[in-house]
Amino acid sequence: MEDASQLAIEGRVAEQHRHHSVTPFFWVWGVLLVLTAIEVYLGYQNMEPKRMLSILMCLSIVKAALIIGYFMHMKYEVSRMKYLTMCSLVFCLAMMMVFFPDAFRIIYLGVR
Amino acid sequence: MAEAALPSNVAEIYEPSLFGTYSKKIGMWLFLLSDSLTFGALLYAYSYGRISISNWPTPFHSGSIVNATIMTAFLLTSSLTMVLAVNASALGNEKRRVLFLLATMACGAGFIILHGKEWSHLISEGLRLPIFPAVPHQEVASEFADVSKTVPQFAATFFTLTGMHMLHVTLGVVYLGVIALRRKFIPILFACWLVAWLATPSYSPFHYAAHVLLIAALVCSLIMWLKPKIYDAADVEVAGLYWHFVDLVWMFIFPLVYIMSTKIV
Repeated sequence: MEDASQLAIEGRVAEQHRHHSVTPFFWVWGVLLVLTAIEVYLGYQNMEPKRMLSILMCLSIVKAALIIGYFMHMKYEVSRMKYLTMCSLVFCLAMMMVFFPDAFRIIYLGVR
Repeated sequence: MAEAALPSNVAEIYEPSLFGTYSKKIGMWLFLLSDSLTFGALLYAYSYGRISISNWPTPFHSGSIVNATIMTAFLLTSSLTMVLAVNASALGNEKRRVLFLLATMACGAGFIILHGKEWSHLISEGLRLPIFPAVPHQEVASEFADVSKTVPQFAATFFTLTGMHMLHVTLGVVYLGVIALRRKFIPILFACWLVAWLATPSYSPFHYAAHVLLIAALVCSLIMWLKPKIYDAADVEVAGLYWHFVDLVWMFIFPLVYIMSTKIV
């Protein structure tokens, strides 16, 4: 009967999808294309790499949020699901930044 | 079938799911979280090289950027068709579901072909990894040959990152093919493997990478033989999560690898 409860939940989730209008998805698609065009435009501006990287990463985070929120339906999930998955992901990815000071050290001190 | 014995109020009888959704979807989310750490590590490795190496190459001329932009548009459009497939599946519209899944696969295939073209161009120009077979009669004086020697980290991180992503897109297309066409997809997959294997020259990395399709065809055959089933709306939604993830990762690869390495003339 465990299968039965799973089927019931699946049915309920499918019911939620039936009530979602598809119009926001077209809007999100359009915004993602516009943001991509902005990124390409920035690529041809002779900008300082650090500044350009900051702007591009901000745009990428906005695009990622739109994809996760709308296309992956995270916007419609319960709060527990939203916060547990996203906070753990951001925390783990942020922990990887510990290596960056070493990359800067090579630039400033040089390799011996 | 379990549905036959299903009371109408079963969702109220059982304890609600902790995450408000079914376990298949939670399983896919957990997989995607772990996979995002894999891509995160690769992106950080690329960024580390980008920061620490002062003469990091900027080899992507406008042709490569246009190619990569079209690839991005393909992936974004595939995400839209995927979400429409999920919606059609929830509404029980079988024809539209298959149609949108096939459209998603077509966009994914377009992405792979363009990416393959880009890789072949870069390899023919001299950007390569030591494990790639030698290209006969290759011009050694090309601009990328120097890049491979002076900054080997560029080729290593570029091919690993984009190759890993291309592998994910390929497996995503296979996954959607199985969901859309079930057993009918297996002979198509074998045909794709044969075409990819025979149509690529023996010095191309794709000549060997084509065997991924053969392995995928064998694994899919085994799965469908051991557990034949009709894929429902939940399966389409879970497949959609995987596909959107592939799109999501490209949203970081595209600016970091291509836009940050644009050659401004």
